[in-house]
Amino acid sequence: MEKKPEHNIKAYGNNFTTMTPGPFAIKLRTCKIWQFIRFIVINIKMLVVVRKSH
Amino acid sequence: MARLVVLGGGVSGHTAATFAAKWLGSAHEVVVVTPNSKWNWIPSNIWVGVGEMSKEDVTFDLAPVYSKAGINFKQAKALSINPEGSESSGKPFVTIEFTSKGNEGKTENIEYDYLINATGPKLNFGATPGLGEGSELGEFTVSVCTADHASHANEEFQKTIQKMKKGERQKFLIGTGHGLCTCQGAAFEYIFNIEHELKKAGVRDMADVKWISNESFLGDFGVGGLHMKSMGFAVSSKIFAESLFTERNVDWIIGAHVNKVEKGKVHYELLDGSMGEEEFDFSMLIPPFAGVGLKAFAKDGSDITSTVFAPNGFMKVDANYSAGAYENWKASDWPSTYQNPTYGNLFACGIAFAPPHPISKPMSSPNGTPINPTPPRTGMPSGIIGKAVAHSICDRILKGENAPLHEASMAHMGAACVASAGKGVFTGTAAAMTIYPVIPDFDKYPGTGRDTDYTFGEIGLAGHWIKHILHHLFLWKAKLKAGWTLIPE
Repeated sequence: MEKKPEHNIKAYGNNFTTMTPGPFAIKLRTCKIWQFIRFIVINIKMLVVVRKSH
Repeated sequence: MARLVVLGGGVSGHTAATFAAKWLGSAHEVVVVTPNSKWNWIPSNIWVGVGEMSKEDVTFDLAPVYSKAGINFKQAKALSINPEGSESSGKPFVTIEFTSKGNEGKTENIEYDYLINATGPKLNFGATPGLGEGSELGEFTVSVCTADHASHANEEFQKTIQKMKKGERQKFLIGTGHGLCTCQGAAFEYIFNIEHELKKAGVRDMADVKWISNESFLGDFGVGGLHMKSMGFAVSSKIFAESLFTERNVDWIIGAHVNKVEKGKVHYELLDGSMGEEEFDFSMLIPPFAGVGLKAFAKDGSDITSTVFAPNGFMKVDANYSAGAYENWKASDWPSTYQNPTYGNLFACGIAFAPPHPISKPMSSPNGTPINPTPPRTGMPSGIIGKAVAHSICDRILKGENAPLHEASMAHMGAACVASAGKGVFTGTAAAMTIYPVIPDFDKYPGTGRDTDYTFGEIGLAGHWIKHILHHLFLWKAKLKAGWTLIPE
C-alpha cells in the first residue's frame, strides 16, 4: 500500500509547515466522473480568462 | 507592395506571420526568417523528455505550411538590422545568414517596410561554467528546451531507469541552472513527469528527486507567485507548490544561484550568502536566456545596438525602463504596443522584447549576487502579443501610417497555464491554472495584485486532458488547418 503523503514530512524540515492532501482529495484527482465535471468547469473558467485577455 | 519581415518562427513570430499573411493577402509580402526548418510545440517537449512522445509528435516542417499561406520562408538567422538603411540605400534592411543545407554561411540583405523581432531567446548555457558552451548544452546535464534536447534527455533518463532496475540508487536534480533563469514552470513540469514515470516503472523507491531553483519561495514561477481561491481561502502558490512537492516526496533547494556544474555535482550560492554543493546522477537545469545577439547599425555604419536593444540583448519597446526600485513599480511600466521607441516600423514580441523589470521582487545575496527569476513571456501572452503586433502593422499598411496601434499589455492580460504532473489518459494529472493579470497590479487589486475571481488553480486528471487537447489544438492551429483562426492564442 502506498504511503500517505504526510509520511513524507520531515520534522522541522523544508516541508514541515505545508498541508498535504488526504486519501479522498487524492482519489478525486483521478476520479473520472468528478474530473469530467471539473474539466467542464475549468474549461469555462479558462475561456473567460482568454476572452478577457484579447 | 509593402514587405513585412518577421524574425523568428516560434509561437509569437509564427502567430504574427500567419495572421499578417491572412490579413494582408497577396497584395503585400510577408517574409519569415528563422534558423530552424521545423516548428516545435515547446510545451510538449516535457513529454518527449520522459519518452511519452517522440520528437516527430511535437514538430512539423515549416516550408509547406508557409508555402500554403503565401509566406516567403527563409531558413536563416538574422545577424543585424539597419533601421535607417545604408549610405547606398535609404531603405531599412536586415542582414541574414542562411542555415539550410547547401546554403550554410551565405548572407543576404532583406529590405523591409516593417520588421517584427520575434527571435526568442539565446539559450545561454555558457553563463554557468560547466552547464554548456555558449548556446550549446554541456555534457553533464540535460535540457528540454528544444525537441532534440528533450530526445537526448529521454535517452539519459531511460539509462537511469535501467540502473535502478539493477539495484543502483539514482539521484535526480531538476530546476534552474542560474540565479537569473526564467521558465521555472518547464522544470516544474519535468520534475513531476520524471517522478510519475519513475513510479510507473516501479523504481520510485530507488530514486531521490530534488528541486533546485532561484525562486525566493516555492511557487514563485517568475511572476511573484499568485493567490487562488480554494475552500474559502485565498491560498498562495507557495502552499500549492509545497503541498505537491511534499505529496510526491520531492525535496527542494530554493533561492539558489547555480554557479558551477561538474560531472555529477553542482555548486550553488544561496540568498543568505552561503555556498553549497549537490550531487546528482541525472540533472535537467534550465539555462538563463539572453537576446540572440542581433546588432544594429545606423545609415553611416556606426553601431547603434545600444539604442535599439537593452544590455541583455532584448529589443527596447514602449516600456518604462526607468522605473527604478521595486517600490516604484507600476503595472503601467509594461509595454502595450511593442513598438521600438526610436524606429516606428520596428516591433518586438514574445521573449524578444525587453521587459522593464522583473515581476518577482529582485533579491541578491550578501555577496551581491542577484538571485531572482526573470519574467516569463512565453505561451499565451506570447501568442496574443504576436497577433496584436501583426494587427497594428497590417492596419498601418492597409489604412495608413497613422492608424492606431493595437494594445496587448501583460498588465491587462491573463494567462491560462497547464503544467503537466504526469501523462496518462486515466492516471495523468496536471495543475490547471489561470492568472489575471499576468503583471500584478497592486493599485487595482490591493494585497495579492491580482483578481482572485479569475486566478485559480487545481490539480487533477481534468488538467491533463486539457493539456493533451491543447497539444493537438495548437499543432492544428500552427499548421493552419481548417478553422485555425477560431482557436484563440
